Amino acid sequence: MPVIVRVPTPLHRLTSGQGEVRCDGASVAAILEDLERQYPGVKERICDANGKLRRFVNVFVNDEDIRFLQADQTPVKDGDEVSIIPAIAGG
Amino acid sequence: MSYMLGLRCRECGRSYPKEVIFVCEYCFSSVEVEYDYDAIRKVLTREAIASRPKSLWRYRELLPIDGEPTVGLFSGFTPLVRAERLAGALGVDELYLKDDSVSHPTLSFKDRVVSVALTRAKELGFDTVACASTGNLANSVSALAARAGLSGYIFIPADLEQAKVVGSLIYKPTVVAVDGNYDEVNRLCAEIGAKFPWAFVNINIRPYYAEGSKTYGYEIAEQLGWRIPRHIVVPCAGGSLITKIAKAFRELVRLGLVEGRLPRLYAAQAQGCAPIVNTIRERGEIVRPVKPNTIAKSLAIGNPADGYFATSAVLDSGGWADSVSDEEIVLAMKLLAETEGIFTETAGGVTLGVAKKLIEEGRIPRDEPIVICITGNGYKTQEPILNRVGQTISIKANLASFETAFKQLVSNRLSNQEQACL
Repeated sequence: MPVIVRVPTPLHRLTSGQGEVRCDGASVAAILEDLERQYPGVKERICDANGKLRRFVNVFVNDEDIRFLQADQTPVKDGDEVSIIPAIAGG
Repeated sequence: MSYMLGLRCRECGRSYPKEVIFVCEYCFSSVEVEYDYDAIRKVLTREAIASRPKSLWRYRELLPIDGEPTVGLFSGFTPLVRAERLAGALGVDELYLKDDSVSHPTLSFKDRVVSVALTRAKELGFDTVACASTGNLANSVSALAARAGLSGYIFIPADLEQAKVVGSLIYKPTVVAVDGNYDEVNRLCAEIGAKFPWAFVNINIRPYYAEGSKTYGYEIAEQLGWRIPRHIVVPCAGGSLITKIAKAFRELVRLGLVEGRLPRLYAAQAQGCAPIVNTIRERGEIVRPVKPNTIAKSLAIGNPADGYFATSAVLDSGGWADSVSDEEIVLAMKLLAETEGIFTETAGGVTLGVAKKLIEEGRIPRDEPIVICITGNGYKTQEPILNRVGQTISIKANLASFETAFKQLVSNRLSNQEQACL
């Protein structure tokens, strides 16, 4: 069972309209690479020119912000959920 | 007549139509409303503003609506109080309190943003509004939605102060208490918002909502006789208010309504949740989220959406930032009440506590005009001070009983004074 990745609305056009897709990989970075392989163009939207996650993109593994874990080196296993959410709400 | 041109990405500058768009499709930054300032300059004069009702809508051309305002017609235009006694206690010459603790109808500055958000939500065709809230926003959305005839869904952390829960439920929205902190509520709402056709005021219609905070800044300038104060101390949670106060003063200067230097802005947070203060003090670019632990629950946002913009607003203004402990928050709440007769919530204690610290450290000079932003009301957050405000004196309903108690009171005071002299 692969990792479930929740994709934010602005990227649905790149994922054939799907809000949830399945990816393989042992870390968040590897998951993002696989996401790009399956849906070309996604990575340049969520990462900057240096390949770092953009500052307005938050990534959660099973509801925990990866900045509290090991950032993009956070390990993931089959069945985990990775959510990509714009840092937009609040107040 | 609309003066709103469209939306624009705050990071990469891409333009979007003025619809339900809250994030740049390309870089995920938030988008911001753009106005036709040349057209506004022709109509929005000091005289025109002075002739209008005393509400936030007197600056209507600078607010993101197409038609006439329909919600929150009595919100805004709260007092700017010259605080002589507090100034004496802090040792400063010219001190003002912008007092949104008496905002209509729900006693916090959130009435400003919600008035704008719900007016815009109606224009965009929504019949249901929602929010993720630390309490004040919940109260304001609940009340103003009731009056506007809109359905409301309110998402709050389960551990909120009771007055803030009751202060939402009374208006009969659907209140959902989420087992988690505000950041978790917020993240959940971002996902709910993607599935349900509601106007989440602080998510999918946030670009419009956030503009309401500018009126706090416009009012400070107008109430000072169209002057810009030198220093403004602002509480920070998500970081939107301080960012929009900065924008308000830039707009007023651009429109020729005020002249002079832009104010220095100071960010105030609680030590138990200070991600924006940390970033400012490190002059950093990246806002590191924290897990909040403070009595200032209305400021307990560990992952501030506008943290980056708030940091830039403060550093660009030449301002600074500091945080205070829960104990300092309580002492500041008491100081404000005892010197100025204003009972603010814990967030106001944070702001005053930080202002005091910055003055003592010499960051804010004692001889220049200072404004402290009081954004919420203490009647809503009584729990942290219940055991810190003294006790009543109990007597029987006769004069002798009072005279006995009074003698006791006087002798207690005398012995306290003697002890203080020793």
